[in-house]
Amino acid sequence: MVTQRYQPITTSSAYKLSMVIALVGLCISGLGAFNMEHEGHHITGMSNQVIWGMPHVIAIFLIVSASGALNVASIASVFNKDFYKPLARLSAVVAVALLVGGLAVILLDLGRPDRLLIAMTHYNFSSIFAWNIILYTGFVGLTLVYLWTMLDWQVEQYKRIAGIAAFCWRLILTAGTGSIFGVLIAREAYNIAIMGPMFIVLSLAYGLAFYLIVLDLFMDKEEFTKVEQRLSRLLVVLVLCGLAVSVIYHLANWFLFDAQSFEFFLLASDEVYPWLLWGVHLTLGCILPILLLHKHKTILASLLVIIGGVAQFYALVIGGQSYPMPLLEGYAATSTFSDGIIASYSPSHWELMLGSGGFAVALLITVFTMRLFRLLPSSR
Amino acid sequence: MSHFDSYRRRLLGAASATLAGLTIAPGVLLQTVQAKADNEAASSQQRWGLLIDTNLCEPGCDKCVTACNQEHGLRPLHGPETDAQWIRKVSLKHKQSGHELHMPVMCQHCGEPPCVDVCPTGASFKRADGIVLVDRHICIGCRYCMMACPYKARSFVHEKLTDQLPRAPRGKGTVEACTLCVHRIDRGDDNTACSEACPNTAMTFGDLKDPASEISQKLAQLGGQELRKKLKLDTGVRYQGIPA
Repeated sequence: MVTQRYQPITTSSAYKLSMVIALVGLCISGLGAFNMEHEGHHITGMSNQVIWGMPHVIAIFLIVSASGALNVASIASVFNKDFYKPLARLSAVVAVALLVGGLAVILLDLGRPDRLLIAMTHYNFSSIFAWNIILYTGFVGLTLVYLWTMLDWQVEQYKRIAGIAAFCWRLILTAGTGSIFGVLIAREAYNIAIMGPMFIVLSLAYGLAFYLIVLDLFMDKEEFTKVEQRLSRLLVVLVLCGLAVSVIYHLANWFLFDAQSFEFFLLASDEVYPWLLWGVHLTLGCILPILLLHKHKTILASLLVIIGGVAQFYALVIGGQSYPMPLLEGYAATSTFSDGIIASYSPSHWELMLGSGGFAVALLITVFTMRLFRLLPSSR
Repeated sequence: MSHFDSYRRRLLGAASATLAGLTIAPGVLLQTVQAKADNEAASSQQRWGLLIDTNLCEPGCDKCVTACNQEHGLRPLHGPETDAQWIRKVSLKHKQSGHELHMPVMCQHCGEPPCVDVCPTGASFKRADGIVLVDRHICIGCRYCMMACPYKARSFVHEKLTDQLPRAPRGKGTVEACTLCVHRIDRGDDNTACSEACPNTAMTFGDLKDPASEISQKLAQLGGQELRKKLKLDTGVRYQGIPA
């Protein structure tokens, strides 16, 4: 039996460039976060109408992607597929890195981030948000334990059970994140039970796209060629699954939940959202990557899947809030508080700076951990 | 029985009724306006609410909004998109018939408040007497309650504040909404600032659980509708003159 060997990454130009990008990103996001907290949220594009903005779009996207980044490890441990086993270590690290990146953005966007301790000590168990705090910290803990079982031969016998636990936890986590929106009975965009399952399916492609970029950048070219085709094919399947569940969401809204006018707003109005969904998500984020993956343009295809995912979450999160809530059925409302009108939103550069920190944190953790530990398979 | 006896009996009867009335009435009044002691908790014996008669609410009048702003020290800061509005005047026009309605909208003090359900720290809470409040000491500013509110009744403090009023503690980075003038209720007043300021008495404040209160009697007489009643939130604020 051949023993699989692993290696840390070298101080290659990709490593150095990644570290520089991550550190610059951290500084930029730190500046953005500091200014937002110092001045208050009035310097952002967020308002009392569009309550959650670009930082939330990025944070939720990263958190959802974190779950999907564990795909490869899950296939290896839960489904016992030998092909994926050498790739499982990095999968767990990318998952934790993305989650921590997303959480950092959410935390720094809070009105009172200094009250983190309160968030960790005061739990309202009827709140899905409170449950998610437990799910996120649990996911990090469980995935780290799983990683430990993969790194340390003395506890290797627990690898499968830790993998199964992490797999189950990630499904609950993503469903929980979707349910943050799913329980919002007030808004037509979200009050639909499919939000939980939809987030699970969407997470699969987005997480794998992040994972593939890291793999392509840091793995031996020779080693990467061996796994590229199968992982690319997997990404194509998962992108199609994500597209299918998105179509189901829109169809369910239209036919089952009588939200035709909202769907028209999202898909066919002259707002930015139809452009994001048809142009960026469908064309750039689904169709084009599928074509590119056939031509082995893995990094570009994965990058487009990620851009398409951010566009989809933007349309869902911002569009869902922009669309006016009806006060009285059959009546059009007007007021000094933007009743009855489509709320406008454009992200300020402060928000974009803060949001970029999520990617920077994820990149820093991933690259630094790859340098410290033997995560990537080696042929030597 | 002589005329004198009959007269004496009627006099005694009237005197007894007057005496009984004088004895009971202050008790009844005390029940509604007595100030709570500082260490006395709110009681579930009451459910405070508002009844708004949209037939009496005039278009263009925003005295209730002005009164609320003065009562709680709300001032315009960086524009209507981000300024706090605890109460707003909404005009509604039927899309087909053109029928117009005007009404103030504020926190509806739901019996089943979605904001309380979703708040991760428990900062959003409902008092025993039905008033929905935000504990600013443990609000982390996540704004999930604002996402959950079907009435857009909550505001986030987007900037630094100065010169807040002691009766209305407010602070940057936390969420706030109509308190139903809880400081007035707790000191024993029997009206909110908005209701008091309404020139047409379109707003009636009172105890929904007291059948003798004005609000309960008006509701018993003409009924009152909830906004977005399909959501079944059992709101403490009811409206008259809107379609059932």
